[in-house]
Amino acid sequence: MSNEIVAMVLAGGHGTRLKDLTDELAKPAVHYGGKYRLIDFPLSNCSNSGIDIVGVLTQYEPFILNTYVGHGSPWDLDRRDGGIFVLPPYVDEEGRNWYRGTANAIYHNIRFIDEFDPEHVLILSGDHIYKMDYSKMLKFHKEKAADATISVIEVPWEEASRFGILNTDENYKIKEFEEKPEDPSSNLASMGIYMFRWEPLKKYLIKDEQNEESSNDFGNDVLPMMMKDKKRLFAYPFEGYWKDVGTVESFWEANMDLLEDDSELNLDDPGWHVYSRNPNLPPHFISPEAEVINSLVNEGCVVEGKIENSLLYYGVSVGEGSEIVDSVILPGVKIGKNVKIKKAVIGEKTVIQDGIEISCQNGEKIVLIGNEEEISVNVL
Amino acid sequence: MENMMGIINVDREQNFLDELTYFRCGAAVPFLGRYRLVDFILSNMVNAGIFEIALFVRNKYRSLFDHLGEGKEWNLDRKVGGLFILPPDWHDPSDVSVGDLRHFHNNIDFFHRGRAEYVLHAGSQHICNINFEKALDKHVRNNADITLIYKNVDEIQEEHQPCHRLEIENDRVTDIYSGGDNKNIYMDMFIIDKGLLMDLVNYCIAHRKDYFFGDAIMARINDFNVQGYEYKGFHGVINSIRSYYKNSMRILKKENYNSLFHEDTLILTKVKDEVPTKYHRESKVINSLVANGCSIKGKVENSIVFRQVEIEEGVEISNSIIMQRDKIGKNAVLNNVILDKEVEVSRETTLVGGKEQPFVAAKRASI
Repeated sequence: MSNEIVAMVLAGGHGTRLKDLTDELAKPAVHYGGKYRLIDFPLSNCSNSGIDIVGVLTQYEPFILNTYVGHGSPWDLDRRDGGIFVLPPYVDEEGRNWYRGTANAIYHNIRFIDEFDPEHVLILSGDHIYKMDYSKMLKFHKEKAADATISVIEVPWEEASRFGILNTDENYKIKEFEEKPEDPSSNLASMGIYMFRWEPLKKYLIKDEQNEESSNDFGNDVLPMMMKDKKRLFAYPFEGYWKDVGTVESFWEANMDLLEDDSELNLDDPGWHVYSRNPNLPPHFISPEAEVINSLVNEGCVVEGKIENSLLYYGVSVGEGSEIVDSVILPGVKIGKNVKIKKAVIGEKTVIQDGIEISCQNGEKIVLIGNEEEISVNVL
Repeated sequence: MENMMGIINVDREQNFLDELTYFRCGAAVPFLGRYRLVDFILSNMVNAGIFEIALFVRNKYRSLFDHLGEGKEWNLDRKVGGLFILPPDWHDPSDVSVGDLRHFHNNIDFFHRGRAEYVLHAGSQHICNINFEKALDKHVRNNADITLIYKNVDEIQEEHQPCHRLEIENDRVTDIYSGGDNKNIYMDMFIIDKGLLMDLVNYCIAHRKDYFFGDAIMARINDFNVQGYEYKGFHGVINSIRSYYKNSMRILKKENYNSLFHEDTLILTKVKDEVPTKYHRESKVINSLVANGCSIKGKVENSIVFRQVEIEEGVEISNSIIMQRDKIGKNAVLNNVILDKEVEVSRETTLVGGKEQPFVAAKRASI
């Protein structure tokens, strides 16, 4: 059966710079925003854009990610025809196994994609935070009769050299593609979202695989090759909130962004739900002694202390006399009495004993406490 | 617990919550921030591993169907067993059954098809977090024909008055009656052997009886080995607006919250994918139960706030129950109030109900 489009979500990344947050956890499974994991964003975008065949390519520490994705029902992707498919690396007849790069990961799954015989394939990252209607991108891609369309966003000029930068003509046709240029000539950055016509992409993936010099990466190898062959490559301009949380600092910032009164991401949009697997916990309880100021609090929390400019994920408890300021408290954290926490990220299910103080002395750096720890001495 | 099947019989639970039950049956009434009354009995059954569950409904069940769907959130979307919502669409020309016996007669296939040896029969008005596995263990161990589940309350309250009471001697139930000082409140839950249930259904129909519990169990208490099983956790009976309000407020005591909501036996409900609740700078919330998806800019005290509620600046809410998607305009003052879903309270409005008899606004009211 032929289909218009198949989405492939690259979800094998490690996210080393997130340190303990990706301890035994793939980056797309990192928590965000009080109740989500990063992969909820591409999956919800697919669901809301009407894309119902989604492959999720896993590799690094896949267990939590696999169980989280499951058969896709939280994102309404449990479909009879299509739906969600977790695609781990496998050993083929020639003994190849691990995914070696983004293009190689898709190359390994050519048979999966062919099974659905799609016109187009959408390549997504599993760890970016944004809301995007891919159906509009598909319309653009078809109108331009593009072989490949790359979603781009304007970034500040001073940061442009961190990204893949595109130069286009007035019709958004790509003239030049530079991966992390020292001296960028444009500030249109690739968001790592690629839409291809499947027929040419398949050919280029096979060709790229035959080149032993190639790093098998879309940005470094496949797109430059298509450019060289004068294929029709277009840039699709995206406006709105988009974030790749690469470091503990940017993870903390992205969470704090949600406390802004008119947060650009606006997760509370009835027309564009971001779905997640829900632990179905009771409403949270705010005790007579508690105080909650400018914060987000999720279900299952029991708050008896003071919470200011902070996010409490689900199932967190905060004892009497404790003060949590400018902090991100991940699911199931148990905070005792008279604890002081300032500008910190506290990992999942960690227990913090009574009277502990956690903050950075100069107040600039974010303190990160890992998952499932037991904190019985001050962290200063 | 594959050996037990569940019946949630809400046939007689009609119209007891005034405005809240104008357009829905009691089992579908919203409760405690994100639940409906039926969630408690249904989750208790599922937590005990019961996966063949039928609901006997009589009328006003649209919102109940909408809420339960095929039972996915309760893990009841099964190939074998699952959730069976059985409305009264009955066409057997030879049917002579009356009262709630009609449900049993017309859905007899549900019992025959089920593989379980025991049936747990319950209503939805007794709010608790109970371990039915232990109750069945005791039923089997004591060779009981029927086990009635009860709560020994500290004090008889107004809402206990209409409940059946159990006279118990050495675990054996010797009498069932209403009223008086007896503190053993029957929780409208019993376990019975399936074969005996079928026999008693036939007996009731043959004698033109119309109320299974009254005619087959109460009236024949001495014909069978009827045992009692005492439940010890949080218990609230919802049979009037006053008891609905009182038991909602009781959950604001931490020990009650912890007793009803513990992690290993969660009360499950339909998931709505709401964002966490936003407490704005100017908000002040104390001693309250708050669900997800709310935006709070005003003051909330001793109250229960359901999902997706918007509370504007200067609002003062106390001792109130604010249901899903309500919008409370600037500087409104609400005290002792129950607002059903989707109510809009315009700015500067003051609503004050009685301390024990709250003011109730019906669904979608504009005030």
